[in-house]
Amino acid sequence: MRCITTPENMLSPEGAFGGNPLFYWIYGLAAHLVPCWLAYVIAGLVIMLILINAVLLGAAIVSWGERRLLGRFQNRVGPNRWGPFGALQPIADLTKLITKEDIIPYGADRLAFTAVPVIMVSSLLVATAVIPFAKDVALVDLNVGVLFILAVSSLTSIAIFTAGWASNNRYALFGAGRAVAVLISYEVPVVLSLLGVVVVAGSMSLGDIVVAQAVPFFLVQPLAFFVFLAGMSAELNRTPFDVAEAESEIIAGYHTEYSGIKFALIQAAEFGGALFVSGLIATLFLAGWAGPVADWLGWLWFLIKTFIGIFLFVWIRSTFPRLRLDQIMAVCWKFLMPLSIINLAAVVLEVYFLRDASGTLSTSDLWIMAGINMVVAVVSIAFFGRIIRQKIRNSSRTMTASAPMVRGVPTIEVG
Amino acid sequence: MWFEQVVFWALAVVAIGGAVGVVMVRDLFRAALLLATVFVAVGGFYVMMNAEFLAVVQILIYVGAIAVLFIFGVMLTRDVRQGNTPNRLQIPAALVSVLLLAAMLFTAVTTDWTTLAGLGLESQSQIAQTQAVGIPDASSLAASGLSAQEVESIAGGGLADLLIGEFVLPFEAVSLLLLAAAIGGLALARGRGR
Amino acid sequence: MSLESMLVIAAVLFCIGLYGALARKNFIAVLMSIELMFNGVNLTLVAMGRWVAPYAVQETLSAVLTGQVFAVFIITVAAAEIALGLGIVFAMFRTNESVDLTDAAAMRH
Repeated sequence: MRCITTPENMLSPEGAFGGNPLFYWIYGLAAHLVPCWLAYVIAGLVIMLILINAVLLGAAIVSWGERRLLGRFQNRVGPNRWGPFGALQPIADLTKLITKEDIIPYGADRLAFTAVPVIMVSSLLVATAVIPFAKDVALVDLNVGVLFILAVSSLTSIAIFTAGWASNNRYALFGAGRAVAVLISYEVPVVLSLLGVVVVAGSMSLGDIVVAQAVPFFLVQPLAFFVFLAGMSAELNRTPFDVAEAESEIIAGYHTEYSGIKFALIQAAEFGGALFVSGLIATLFLAGWAGPVADWLGWLWFLIKTFIGIFLFVWIRSTFPRLRLDQIMAVCWKFLMPLSIINLAAVVLEVYFLRDASGTLSTSDLWIMAGINMVVAVVSIAFFGRIIRQKIRNSSRTMTASAPMVRGVPTIEVG
Repeated sequence: MWFEQVVFWALAVVAIGGAVGVVMVRDLFRAALLLATVFVAVGGFYVMMNAEFLAVVQILIYVGAIAVLFIFGVMLTRDVRQGNTPNRLQIPAALVSVLLLAAMLFTAVTTDWTTLAGLGLESQSQIAQTQAVGIPDASSLAASGLSAQEVESIAGGGLADLLIGEFVLPFEAVSLLLLAAAIGGLALARGRGR
Repeated sequence: MSLESMLVIAAVLFCIGLYGALARKNFIAVLMSIELMFNGVNLTLVAMGRWVAPYAVQETLSAVLTGQVFAVFIITVAAAEIALGLGIVFAMFRTNESVDLTDAAAMRH
């Protein structure tokens, strides 16, 4: 039987890799030697292997780059011993972690304890599948892409809770409780801000969202960009919101008991998560691979924009002091929530009045929206910022203990 | 399609094994984790039945929110490791379930279903179902050999169109229910002292 | 994979859930079993939508999505149910210091 190798025929509902030119190339090559179905499987595995390695290598590079950048921000050098500018530092770290003893604490739930790093890394890798790295280069361009990313990354919260519980350690449980409370709360403004993006783009597929950005969405919806950035640095447990692993309070949070290769995997998932979210910001708000000569240099623009995202995160991390858990909750529900709702309402109204008969928006429409939304963003951030500053100042005066969540936990017997 | 069969039976084993685990395992925390596994497997079934949107919603709501809430609740049990104990009704409950299962299996297998394939609507209906988000995706368009306009005339606006159009009354009722549940949950959890 | 096999799996899930809901002592375990039953029902609805031709399909083909619409409603109701159920669990824990249903037999607080 002859194999079908043209893209048009491969685009069947079963053809999960539809639209990926590299896939067809490998598939066509392999089809000369082996049966069709095996060629299909081989091509798929090769693509996935490339993606997985790219993400994990990227995580290693991010871990080095973040430490270097943080060093610069804090007026010191950062890792500079091994390799040029210390660039081989992640390899040294990894070698150390792999060769260390892998300890499972006494009384821990072995199975769940071991499953956690696996779930964290695999959910990250699965979520990466829908990000378009260049024009038409995504593992799969789902028509529910944005929802898919939200769904898969929500697996993290269950993994974190499992880590906290299975470690049989009180600090791990505190950290997990805090992390999950933050994750669940910040899910709401993040989803609402993404809804604005989806409304303007008219599609949930990430490929279509990039195409729709004749004007990058961080200009069209500055509020959504702001809320998404803040919400995501909370979901990644990064510094202004990092009570979940606040080392001065609860050691290292939910991964206190992890060591050796499991700790390395959790770290990979964290840095990979930062990389993934930066890629998401690049795709959703900075127009992804779009740029001059996008057909050939799309990957370059995507990488540059991803780097901008990572830089923003490191910048935020090195600038702001840590908030308390109740302050984090206040910021989420009393500051980011109203902002995301205002953004959604403004965007929906603008799209309703500006779109033409076929329901599409022209570039000039997008510029008009950008102008209006800029004003809306400045006014509402100023207004709600004033309110939240008042609230936080008052709460620091009256509250001495921490948030209700933390007060509730110690009564429960662990193990 | 033997591949489809393999995936189907693997999912079936995971779903039913996990479900048995949920009601049989003594450790409540593990029961909650198994429940999350069952949810994921059910999501896999949705994908196999062309309901991709529903599969994503299933993972988002069931695994991302409901399973986590269950784990929060599990923390309240006095002895989590041995918490999932049966009550006196074990034997009657098993009897009732088995009888009901027998009745349902008998109905499912013996009924003469009027299927879409029987009416010759199989391929069109598959297109209609994958349009759940209202936007035809490239792969199903190419597979059907139809243009975007033709698919739209077959499928209409998809799930969203039905939700806001034909089923708008239940839709609003459900939103009201959610509001009531949110208020009720707050009132219950706050207690009367504070 | 066919309509019948899908219905069988849904029925098995539902009945396991029913057994759990009737025979477990712990309130959380009962709630989990109820979620299993919901999932069984959802599977049935989606399978029916996927294979069985409703009467309305003669007029408009989007009627095949009706099963999915109902599944969406059920997922929403399940979320509401869990929010309320956990509220009740917290209230029960405060009054009885226990979440076993056998301990909640008294009609006072």
